[in-house]
Parts: sequence; C-alpha cells; structure tokens
Amino acid sequence: MAEDFGYLNVTGRIFDIQRYSIHDGIGIRTIVFLKGCALRCRWCCNPESQSAKIESFESKGRMKTYGRDVSVREVMETVRRDMPYYSRSKGGLTLSGGESLLQPEFARALLQAGKALGVNTALESMGFAQYSVIEGILPYLDTYLMDIKHMDPKKHALWCGRENTLMVENAKRIAESGMTKLIIRVPVVPGFNDTEGELMAIARYADSLPGVEEIDILPYHNFGEGKYAALGREYPMGDAKRPSQEKMERFREAIERSTGLYCQIGG
Amino acid sequence: MKAFDSTPVKKTERISKLVADLFRRMPEIEPARAELLTESFRETEGLPIVTRKALAFRHILNGLPIVIRPGELIVGSTTLAPRGCQTYPEFSYEWLEAEFDTVEHRSADPFYISQETKDRLRKVHPYWKGKTTSELARSYMAPETIRAMDHNFFTPGNYYYNGVGHVNVHYDRVIYEGLSGIIAECAGELSKVQLGDPNYGDRKRFLEAVIISCQAVIDYAHRYADLAGKEAEKEKDPVRKQELWRIAETCSHVPEHPARTFEEGLQAFWFVQQTIQIESSGHSISPGRFDQYMFPLYEKDREKGILTREYAQELIDCVWVKLNDLNKCRDAVSAEGFSGYSLFQNLIVGGQTGDGRDATNDLSFMCLDATKHVFLPQPSISIRVWNGSAKELLIRAAEVTRTGIGFPAYYNDEIIIPSMENRGIPIEHARNYCIIGCVEPHVPGKEDGWHDAAFFNMCRPLEMVFTNGMDAGERASIATGEVEELSSYEEFKEAYKKQMEYNIALLVNADNAIDRAHAERCPLPFESCLIDDCIKKGIPLQQGGAHYNFTGPQGFGIANVADSLYTVKKLVFEEKKLSLQELKRALEMNYGQGFDERTAAEVASQVGSRLERMGEPVTEEVIASAIKAVLHFALPEEEKKRLEEIREMILDLPKYGNDIDEVDEIAREAAYYYTRPLPGYRNPRGGIFQAGLYPVSANVPLGAQTGATPDGRLAHTPVADGVSPTSGYDLKGPTASCNSVARLDHADASNGTLFNMKIHPTAMTTDRDLEDFVSLVRGFFDQKGMHMQFNVVDRQTLLDAQAHPEKYAGLVVRVAGYSALFTTLSKSLQDDIIRRTEQGLHR
Repeated sequence: MAEDFGYLNVTGRIFDIQRYSIHDGIGIRTIVFLKGCALRCRWCCNPESQSAKIESFESKGRMKTYGRDVSVREVMETVRRDMPYYSRSKGGLTLSGGESLLQPEFARALLQAGKALGVNTALESMGFAQYSVIEGILPYLDTYLMDIKHMDPKKHALWCGRENTLMVENAKRIAESGMTKLIIRVPVVPGFNDTEGELMAIARYADSLPGVEEIDILPYHNFGEGKYAALGREYPMGDAKRPSQEKMERFREAIERSTGLYCQIGG
Repeated sequence: MKAFDSTPVKKTERISKLVADLFRRMPEIEPARAELLTESFRETEGLPIVTRKALAFRHILNGLPIVIRPGELIVGSTTLAPRGCQTYPEFSYEWLEAEFDTVEHRSADPFYISQETKDRLRKVHPYWKGKTTSELARSYMAPETIRAMDHNFFTPGNYYYNGVGHVNVHYDRVIYEGLSGIIAECAGELSKVQLGDPNYGDRKRFLEAVIISCQAVIDYAHRYADLAGKEAEKEKDPVRKQELWRIAETCSHVPEHPARTFEEGLQAFWFVQQTIQIESSGHSISPGRFDQYMFPLYEKDREKGILTREYAQELIDCVWVKLNDLNKCRDAVSAEGFSGYSLFQNLIVGGQTGDGRDATNDLSFMCLDATKHVFLPQPSISIRVWNGSAKELLIRAAEVTRTGIGFPAYYNDEIIIPSMENRGIPIEHARNYCIIGCVEPHVPGKEDGWHDAAFFNMCRPLEMVFTNGMDAGERASIATGEVEELSSYEEFKEAYKKQMEYNIALLVNADNAIDRAHAERCPLPFESCLIDDCIKKGIPLQQGGAHYNFTGPQGFGIANVADSLYTVKKLVFEEKKLSLQELKRALEMNYGQGFDERTAAEVASQVGSRLERMGEPVTEEVIASAIKAVLHFALPEEEKKRLEEIREMILDLPKYGNDIDEVDEIAREAAYYYTRPLPGYRNPRGGIFQAGLYPVSANVPLGAQTGATPDGRLAHTPVADGVSPTSGYDLKGPTASCNSVARLDHADASNGTLFNMKIHPTAMTTDRDLEDFVSLVRGFFDQKGMHMQFNVVDRQTLLDAQAHPEKYAGLVVRVAGYSALFTTLSKSLQDDIIRRTEQGLHR
C-alpha cells in the first residue's frame, strides 16, 4: 500500500519560523510558531501570537504583517535545511505559539512530518485542548514542554484570562500515557508567582506526575515590550524587573531540595 | 576510547606578571639589527648573496643586545623593549623613513621611535638604495601590472615590502636531532659535491651558508647561557637563582644538541621561532602542530616522573607569552590591512596523524588552556576537526571560544585534506597539515606556500564592467564594451569574467616578479635548512628548494559580487525594473547618498587630468572648486528619489547568507571566477598558484578604495570579509548563514577560506549551549565548510570599549584569521567588527 503523504498538504497559520533555537528542547532546533492563543498572559512576549487573525501594523514607516497561511510541505522545506545540525545535536522541530493545539490537525501533521524526517519533535504548549486532541498528536511527539504557570485557578484566570483546571488535568493524563517525555516549564513572573510557596506548589504537582523528571523555571523578561508598542498596545507589565539570577538560583535549590526533580533555569 | 589527562591546571602568578610586564610600554622600534646587517653587507660586497646573508645573520646574532626579562623561564628576546621590533631595510626602508614622524601616532599599530633610533637608521638606509627586494621586484613587473596596483585592483604589499615568512619549519628536527645534526647532514652533503657538478658553486656555497647560520644560532644560545649564568651569580632570591642556573644549562645544550627534557625542547623550539624571524621579516612563521612534536618529550618526562603537569603548563604558558614578545612594524597602509600587531604565528592542535588516526593528546588540551591563561593575541591558536575528533577536545575549544577571545579557529580535515590531495599532495602529507598565518593549509616542514601572496579585490573588476575598463579618468583595465549594450545576464557575467581574468593575470605577473626578487636578493639559509628538500637539493627555499611550492593570493568580496550579480540578474534582466544604464548612473552617483571627501578628491583629479589633456591650465583653485562642486553637488530631487528607490529595491532582494539556493549558487559561481583561473599559472619556484578566499583585515582599507556596488553597498564602505555574508545581510540565524557559506566550493580555494561569525554571549552560557555550539560547527563541516571563527561579545561591550578604551585594555577580539586587542585596532576596523551580524538566540 502506498504511504499516504496527505499530511504534507495540511495548511495552518504561523507567524514565524526561527532556526538555531537552542533553548527549547534538546539540541539545535527550528521552532515553528503557530498563530492564535487561548490565553492572554500579561507577560506574554509574543503578543503578535495571540490573535488567530492575520494582522498588519505599521512599524518604522513600513507595514508589517503578522501571520501567514502555509502548508506543512512549505514549512518542512525550511525545517529540513538544518538536518546536518539536528543530526549532530539530536535536535529537531519544535512547535510553539500561541497555543498550537488550537490548530490540532496542522500541529499533528507538522509533527508527523518531523518524525518522517527522522528528527526529534517537541511541542511547547499549555495543553489547552480536549485530551482526545492531545492523544492524537502524542504518537508523533518526543517531548512535551508543558507550561504550568500557577496552581491557583483564580489567580491564573486573573493573570492569564482563563482558569487552569483543564490544563493541569491534561498534564496528568499526558504523564500517565507514557507516550512522550513530559517536561514542566514555569515562567517566573514578578507579582504573579515569584514566591517560593507558589513555585513549590507547581513543583510538587510536577513531581507527582509519573515519569516527569525535569522542571524548567524561566525568568520573566521584557524583550516583548517593543512589540506591544508596534501593535499599538499598552505593555501590561509596566516596568516589572527580570528576577535576579540569585533569586532564580534560590528557587532552583528549593525545588531540587524538596522534590526529586532536576530543575533548570531557562529552557 | 582514548582517555586524556585533561584536567585544567591553574595559571601561576608568574604568568600574570610576565603578561603585565609585556604591556607596560608602547611597542618600540630598535635600530640594532639594521645597523649590524648593514655593517656586514658593507664588508661582504662581491661575495655570493647566500654567503653574504649567512655572514650577516651571524653578525646580527653575535651583536644584537640580549636580555632575560624578569621571571622568564624561556628566554630569547629580539628587542630590549618588550614587544619591540627590529627593522629590515634589505626588503624596503623608504616608507619607514617617510613615516618616522607619524608612526608613533597613526591609528593602526603605532610604534614609538626615539630620535636616536631615527638618526641611527638614517645613517644605514642610504646603503640600501637600489639594493632592496622591492626595487628589484618593481623592475621585473609589466607596466600594466604597476598600473593595476595603482588602481587598487590588488595589492601584493606583503612580500613586496617585507620578507615572505609563511612557513612551518622542522622544529622537530632541531628538538630531536639538534642543529648539530643539521650541520652534520650538510657536511655529509658537502662531501658528496663533485668538482665536476654543474651546480658545484651554488650548492657548496648554500650548504656552507647553512652551516654558518646554524652555528650562529648555537652561538646565540650560548650568549644566553652566559648571561643567565652571570645573572644567577648576582641573584639574591634562591628560587630565581636556581631557575637562572637551569636556563644557563639549557641554553648551553639546546638548540645545539637534541633536547633531553620537555623544558629543553620548548627552549629549542623558541630559539628557532625567534631566530627565523630575525633572519627575515616575514610574518606568519607558524609553529603548526606543536602538540604533536612536543608530545614525545612530555610523555617521556611524565613517565620518568620528572615533570609535573603544573610545571609543564607553566612552561607552555611562558612560550605563549614569548610569542607575544615579537613584533613587526609595517608601513601605514599595510598596517591597516594587518591591524592589531599580529604576527599570525598559527599553532594548531588536534586533527589526524599522518596515518589517519586521531591526534589528540594531553598537550592539545594544555595548549588551549595556555591561551585561556595568557589571554593574548599570540599564538593564533587553531583546532583541526575531523569525524573522529575527541569530543572533549571540541568542548574544551568551545570553552575557549566562549571567553570571547576569538580563539580557536576551527578547521575541517574532511575538506582540507582532499583539497590538498587535489593539488598533488599524497595523503600522508595532507593528513599532517597545519595552518599558516590566517587560514592557509600547509604541509609541515616541506612547503614554501607563499600564502598571502596578495589581496585581490573582486569588486574592482565588477566596477570595470560598468566603466568599460576606465578608472579615475584613465584606462585601468581592458575594455569589455559599454555596459548599456550588454543584452543578457550571460553577457554581463562574461564581461565580468574577462575583467577578472585580465586582472588575475596581472596579479600573477606581480607575484612572480616579487618571487624572483626574493630568490635573487634574499635567500635565507637558516630558514631553508629546516624545510625539506633544500639541503638535499642544495638550493635555498627562495629559489625552489622546498618539496612543495605554491603561490596563494587571496580574493575577497564574494558576498558583494554575488549579491551584485543577483541584482543584475533579477532586477535588470528578469524583472526589467531597472536598466543597466540606470544602474550605472546609480553607482556613479552613490545611490544619491552624496559623496565623501575621498570621492571629491578623486573626481577633482579626474577633472584636472582631463583639463590637462585638453591643454588647459590646472591650478589649485580649479581643483579646489571641483572638490567643492562634488561635495555640494545636489541631484535634482526627482533623480535623487529614483536612485534611492533603486537602492531600496536592491536591498529588498534576497541576499547571500540566508540559505537561499538561487543566490547562494551565484556566490559559488562568483568564487569560481577567482579560484579557477589561478591553478593554470606557475611560479618561478616550479609550483602552481592556488586561490585563498580571505581578507585578513584588508576588506576595510581596500573597501575604502572601492566605489558603490550593485548590491546596494555605498562607496568606500568595507567590502565583505572572506566568504562571510555581508554584515547585517544574513538574517536567518547561524545555521542559514553556515548553509550559504557551505554552498561554495571550498576545495577549490585550497589556500584557505575564512568565515567569520559573531555569536551573542547568551547563546554560549550553559554546558548544553557549548554542546550545541560544537554541533553547529560540525553541521557546517558536514557540508564541507572549511573554516569557522567566532567573536563572542555583545555589541554594547564593543561600543563601550570604543568609547572608553582605557577600561578594555585586555579585550581580545577576532579580526580575520587572527585575534587582536580591540583597542589597538583602527576605528574603521573596529566599526567593521561591530557591524558584523550578531547571531543570537531565539526566544
């Protein structure tokens, strides 16, 4: 029976492809950023990712368009150019967003294409989807980099626009499936979750998930601030400061002391 | 799996002190060598030149003031002042006298020169009038060659005004056989010379000259032995006293006899390294595979238990300091092209052995660590990478790269070895290659590669396509037809190819003229005897004595030519948005961006010569008003707008460096225009020409002599360096940039290619980052890239260093095939480095 390459024709909406990404999954990776998000996190550093629509804004006197519709085949043409580097570094393809799971068929087809290429696949996502959707992509996914930002549903809703119940529950089911390597990632955001108590709550939950061995804590940064201005939006974080390296080290030590997890600062 | 003892050893206080002492004063020019040389030459008139050179070498080594610097373990200094330099009037001297009053304050590589030194040099210089290599070389050149040099198509400045250098000699022979072994070999050869031999005289004189020279070096070492002994007697500190006694013992034994210990081996190495550079002013005397030829002594001493790793490291560090003690003063123009006081003493670790096994050993690690310890521009440390390289060595190399020092440069065995084989070098010699100077592959101890033979600016022939061979109001190159009449992209390329071929032939003419001049006036018996097969053939290196002979001139500006050709292909012939006539006008008018003073002066001189031809008087007022007219020349608003629009269209086109097949293929073709014709030419030493693609730092000064180009580059701005994409044009990250560069046929540029990459420090922070960095290098090399080097420093730091040089005295950056102290570079070169695209991380 001829193999069905139909997945190469699936189309979806992305806003960027970035090569030589080395902090999102193992090795040298190409990240495909899918457009559209379910959350509206105040610290979001990719505000252009949030809307599912294609947007145009004026920047430095030129019109700039965010978002384009592409087929998996087109994306893979870029992805496969870095094969020599994936081979050497065990790297590969990472999907990020936005929330990739809002375009489940496209996300699955991309990951399937990644596996067909023989490279490592990763997904950076909050897990905002029905579990059946997630289940559909797991066979093509080597690493799930899952964001858990807070354990308190109310506070989560206040800062991110939605409660976290579905996502926290999905984390458990993904872990239990045993089909992918699950790594929990936590953005450490001033005023939101930058206390030992709040972070430890996430860490303890992560530690309770079967098979989870690693948690990454990512210090908040304001690199996205300029984009808000370009998009004509006010920057929601004001002049919040990046947590100091010492503070991050303290969190890391606390997490490693009281859980069995390996904790890394940064991705 | 091979295990290495690679634990880092701590840097000692002695090393910090030696480094600090080295930089206490500005480098100074000393007159002793020039005086001694001239004294000897006055006395030897009429003798064969090779004999005169040997006698002068001996006279210099006997008379040069000697000094042991405080705390040194390895001794031998060419000047009294640290980092000072001697002068070499036998090659050229006029420039130095002309620059006596400016050399101290010039922007690139200033040297202090005292009034007394000036006076002393003025006394000896007149002797050399009509006797230098540069004068003889010029007399051998065709008039059109001189014209092409005047019009800045290429510059062979390096060997035109200086010694050749650019070799790796048999350090191993001196270390393991001693100079007495070489003297014995010469004596043996002498006994075989037959009275009836047709070359009896040449051969005999040469072999005798070698013996005189080797003995001179032995005697020089003995002077140090005596000095160390005297200082030991006076020394109060018992530890230092002991050290001085040991130095005395060492210098009385090596380099005359085989070294008995690692320490003696290093001292023997150093005397060779130093005295070769006293014999000739050639730079890029490259230690090469130091970890290989030093290892047997290291291993023996370690097995015997007479050498600790700590002491071995300290000794290596001392050698590294000494490599920075040597210096060279070049003329102001060359200094811009070799900015940063560099002597390009390339030392390479790792790679394969001649029989194809991994060559990594403990010393490979210690050499990299020494660079971290001294943190200085010399040696130019490099690493060979092959499929079987020890991973821990690559990670150690990445750790050095992370410091931002720009070392090591990475070289790919998997392309260099086949490229050398393709030039007729058998595999066991090719596998043993080392690197000379910036990036030039070389067979150790067997080759006279004449690497770095000229800088060829690939943009200038392109300009000639637009001007039909005219430059600055006169014919400078062949006519290839009015550009407006070229009716297809193929015709345009054909015109460029013709312009290239014509100027390449002139470049060959210049190099061969200089080559002959060195053969006649500057045979170097000492250097020759350490390179096969000079002794066997009885011929000095400069007259073809080496086993392998090449001439390797380097081209640069590939990125500009590729992007320019793409502009013509796309905008002119495919999309027809622009005519060649319009493009020509845009280039002449610098895209409507106005002219700087340099252009104004150029145009004014054109106006002047045109008036002169017409029989009109040319006064200063005429020139001044012409300059003013150009500077304040205002294009009609409409035309200015169109020119700017043209440049916008050009800048919007895809560019080389972004992994776009169509453009990258053109770059490959552009490189061929330079690399392919060269091997068809022969040099007077019996070898062929082979192309390199690297700029040293000449892309900045030579860019300043180049008008606007069709890639959108403005007049007189730097040309792209080496095979790197134009700064700021490669925007798709390091892998895309690497893929574009790997698309070139590096094997055809067997004299070396140079790829600069600037990486943001945040991409080299964690251990995992280092692994990924190594994978990046490996991924590039898997695609047959040849060389890669890195600056890991952020833009802000460099800008701050420019503003506050006093705070950054120790900031070392990668320039081209070498690193240099950032604050010693000229402003324009600093700017060029700051402009390089910063490949960062994506978050």
